[in-house]
Amino acid sequence: MREELLAIIEKNSRIDLKELAVILGVQEIDVVNELQALQDEGVICGYHTLINWEKTSLDKVTALIEVRVTPQRGQGFDNVAERIYKYPEVRSVYLISGGFDLMVILEGKTLREVSSFVSDKLAPLEPVLSTATHFILKKYKDHGTIFTQKPEDERELITP
Amino acid sequence: MRNPLADKVVEIKPSGIRKFFDIVSEMKDAISLGVGEPDFDTPWHIRDEGIYSLERGRTFYTSNAGLKELRQEICSYMKRKNNIEYDWAKETLITVGGSEAIDMGLRAMINPGEEVLIPQPSYVSYEPCAILAGAKPVIINLKAENEFRLTPQELEEAVTDKTKVLILPYPNNPTGAIMERADLEAIAEVIKKHDIFVMSDEIYAELSYKEKHVSIASLPGMKERTILINGFSKAYAMTGWRLGYACGPADIIQQMTKIHQFAIMCAPTTSQYAAVEALKNGDADIENMRVAYNQRRRYLMNAFREMGLECFEPYGAFYVFPCIKEFGMTSEEFATRFLEEEKVAVVPGTAFGDCGEGFLRISYAYSLENLKVAIGRLERFVNRLRGEKG
Repeated sequence: MREELLAIIEKNSRIDLKELAVILGVQEIDVVNELQALQDEGVICGYHTLINWEKTSLDKVTALIEVRVTPQRGQGFDNVAERIYKYPEVRSVYLISGGFDLMVILEGKTLREVSSFVSDKLAPLEPVLSTATHFILKKYKDHGTIFTQKPEDERELITP
Repeated sequence: MRNPLADKVVEIKPSGIRKFFDIVSEMKDAISLGVGEPDFDTPWHIRDEGIYSLERGRTFYTSNAGLKELRQEICSYMKRKNNIEYDWAKETLITVGGSEAIDMGLRAMINPGEEVLIPQPSYVSYEPCAILAGAKPVIINLKAENEFRLTPQELEEAVTDKTKVLILPYPNNPTGAIMERADLEAIAEVIKKHDIFVMSDEIYAELSYKEKHVSIASLPGMKERTILINGFSKAYAMTGWRLGYACGPADIIQQMTKIHQFAIMCAPTTSQYAAVEALKNGDADIENMRVAYNQRRRYLMNAFREMGLECFEPYGAFYVFPCIKEFGMTSEEFATRFLEEEKVAVVPGTAFGDCGEGFLRISYAYSLENLKVAIGRLERFVNRLRGEKG
């Protein structure tokens, strides 16, 4: 049931325990225990809400930053990744295969704020060779959810 | 002026579902639990392949029996899922939905007056297709206490020396019933003993929630007397593409192909290319949808238990078939009042045969959120009825 449970709560973390138990065909206590185990094992790392910030009055800027770095002896990329992910404005850091090494996703209030983070904090780090900053202009789909359209049921009401 | 119509056609009763559809469509704000098609969109990679085939200009007829590549994929699917080997060139036919395969199959097999056994409740087209093919339809009324499975006794009682074909509609629309291996083995003996043929409509095969679906054609001595019908509508959420197929003995398929060639020419080319992609790379889609349906099925069964509504646990398709006999109303009265008072459309069991009286077909081809709203209204309605009786 583990993977099925995860697949459900990844889409809807607000589902109640009783309903989870019903649709998984198990007892409520089993769901409670499994969720606890998943949290203890660090499989479940948090419960978040998917927000389309573009529809709010709050200004937010998100940037994807490609970072090329020199790996350090004995540390690989871990050390420099840690230096970067400790900044709270950094949302995600991924080690990437291909033309660059780290993908940093950064959120700020303004373009200026993001660019000064890059020039003041990120680029000066010694192992960092270069950065390329891409600002996100529009989010069409995020976390598997399409933002731009509302699904409508176009089926006939009754069919055999 | 002379009567322009054929008696045989005029005498066929219009579909009971059609009648209810007309009532429902008058109601603008009704919500529905009445559809017989998936709520999922066709997976994008399959749609994309259809679009690509159009871009490449594949807009011509295919061969009558269908694309070679598709028929080979179907054979590999049959081997993979059912362990049945079919010769793609002689034992497969691509049709316009499973519905066409039912029609063609009966027309290819029936001589005037021969009998076709139709277990009911079942899909609405078997009986009219049998009549149009010149057969005498013989209805087997399935029982709730057998979970609407066909028993060897019921089959034995219905067989006469005129019996030619048994229609075997499992997993079943509207009941959600399945036939497991042991059930099939039991009826296979009767079928072989009386030398009759089987038209096995397995369109819901992928939507089985107990063991994996077993095809009767995979049992010893059954492949040579079975027309196996399947298609893409339910498993891959491709209803609008109108694509199905039949696999079976070469002599029957050959005659079916002959009628198909004159009546239809060939199944839609775009759909055939999309279906190749579905069979090649669609197993994961099927599984994801099956898991989602199963969750909804469990949700409904639990909701019925909680409101004390009698319902056997169905393990197939995307329907549940609760019993409403406790309310002392016909299925149609119940469905009509439920629609008028709570604005929820369900289909009366009688739309699928007289023995569906006292039952409703409720579809779970809806999101859990939608099901919750509708089931909330059902509970309110059921409680009100019990209060009235009270």
